[in-house]
Amino acid sequence: MFEQLAMYLQYPFVQYALIVGVAVALCASLLGVTLVLKRFSFIGDGLSHVAFGAMAIASVLNLSNNMLIVLPVTIIAAILLLRTGSKTVIKGDAAIAMISVGALAFGYMIMNIFSVSSNLSGDVCTTLFGSTSILTLKDTEVWISVGLSVVVVVLFIIFYNKIFAVTFDEDFAMAVGTKANAYNLLIAVVIAVIIVLAMNLVGSLLISALVIFPALSAMRLFKSFLKVTICSAVISVVCALLGMLISIVAGTPVGSTIVAMDVVVFLICWLIRAIGGRA
Amino acid sequence: MALLTVKNLSVGYESQAVAENISFSVGEGDYLCIVGENGSGKSTLMKTILGLMPPIKGDIERGDGLRQNEIGYLPQQTEVQKDFPASVKEIVLSGCQARSGFHPFYSKAEKAIAKTNMERMGISDFAKRCYRELSGGQQQRVLLARALCASEKILLLDEPVSGLDPKVTQDLYQLIQKLNEEGLTIIMVSHDIAAAVKYASHILHVGHHVFYGTKDEYLESAAGKAFLLQEGGEA
Ligand SMILES: Nc1ncnc2c1ncn2[C@@H]1O[C@H](COP(=O)(O)OP(=O)(O)OP(=O)(O)O)[C@@H](O)[C@H]1O
Ligand SMILES: [Mg+2]
Repeated sequence: MFEQLAMYLQYPFVQYALIVGVAVALCASLLGVTLVLKRFSFIGDGLSHVAFGAMAIASVLNLSNNMLIVLPVTIIAAILLLRTGSKTVIKGDAAIAMISVGALAFGYMIMNIFSVSSNLSGDVCTTLFGSTSILTLKDTEVWISVGLSVVVVVLFIIFYNKIFAVTFDEDFAMAVGTKANAYNLLIAVVIAVIIVLAMNLVGSLLISALVIFPALSAMRLFKSFLKVTICSAVISVVCALLGMLISIVAGTPVGSTIVAMDVVVFLICWLIRAIGGRA
Repeated sequence: MALLTVKNLSVGYESQAVAENISFSVGEGDYLCIVGENGSGKSTLMKTILGLMPPIKGDIERGDGLRQNEIGYLPQQTEVQKDFPASVKEIVLSGCQARSGFHPFYSKAEKAIAKTNMERMGISDFAKRCYRELSGGQQQRVLLARALCASEKILLLDEPVSGLDPKVTQDLYQLIQKLNEEGLTIIMVSHDIAAAVKYASHILHVGHHVFYGTKDEYLESAAGKAFLLQEGGEA
């Protein structure tokens, strides 16, 4: 089995997949803590459906690079959703449900009507669940993914203290002169970028899992924001690596294997907490 | 000159006023208590003073070179904070973020300020502990230390003692009084009129009739008399 793995690791497309997978998993976990704590988990879900709709349009238009459409559309949706989200939660909730379900329906319809592909359900499945697309990345896609991941990580480190302040207590942050709205906007844009990146890895239906599970797992174990953030990054990267390796060897779908790993780790963390809490 | 002068202010949401015709001024070293029933607009007034929401009518003037971001604030507790994984130190430090323009990380000086304020509030012992595992009184002292990091001039406190037991409440009042004696200006929202009368120098009553004046004037006023009567009835 290890020989088989070693053989696969020789191939450049496998190496690319691992690099992109780790980079995307790292990014996705960073803002997960903020999303969970701000009660914004559902926004990731809504945005991923929007990204699916945009992807459908992009594939029908037959662009050379789908990101040209998917990225801007998702960013705009993120800005709109987080704007309503911070004002009135209930309205924002309904807006997200509307936009996400609408995007899903229209996306599927567009693919159905305009698609020239002979394997429509295969295409849809790939977009929704990622399947093997991570192994078929083109050079440019690899570089875009890695580049955007670096940007996300750098932004996160530079604004780490502000993100903490805005997440913990938006009113206080604003009162002492932090431009909370600007940071909310930044968070929205970064989330959109992460979701588009993660679409390659796990497909649009499973993205929220990638964002939320590592954060929730880390929150079982640690009690300071810094430790929770670092721990969720580590968990996310390890799960992504393991998931990809397992899927290569066992031939399981990449996205769902990674998410399955995340779920397993969450259960382990939950158990540790439950046992430790009682002892 | 006064630190803060409020003239004919109306506050509310989306041009729907919840409290109207509020006028008062706060000088350096004053201790102003804002009292009034639930829903009379006290928190809304606080947020308007802080610039978190626009006033519907009227003016708020800041004097004596008081900058907008030199106001320390202790908000009424929000839901998010209840299960937030953050250490006491991280939270207190976040009060320093307004001190000097933009820089990604906290400086040595800022860490020292945070440390001093944790000592002042008597919470150094649990600097590394998790905020959500502290008692209500300890949590309030953490937030007070954070507010002190933001400002050495003026503190706005929104019901700092709600949900605390009488002993811890008294301790917190004493702590705030000590800060006031050290020269900090205090504006505090409170339901506890007895404590307001005991500690404050000025009182603002929001509601149907707005009252503003010194503590003694308040005790002479209709609102104050009504309160004293009630207090006498209870005793
Ligand atoms: N976000 C909001 N949008 C619209 N109306 C609001 C909002 N928040 C509060 N209100 C209304 O404004 C009024 C004043 O609320 P506020 O929170 O200022 O009262 P309060 O005096 O602080 O009460 P409490 O003593 O319970 O804290 C209430 O009638 C409330 O229903
Ligand atoms: Mg209030």
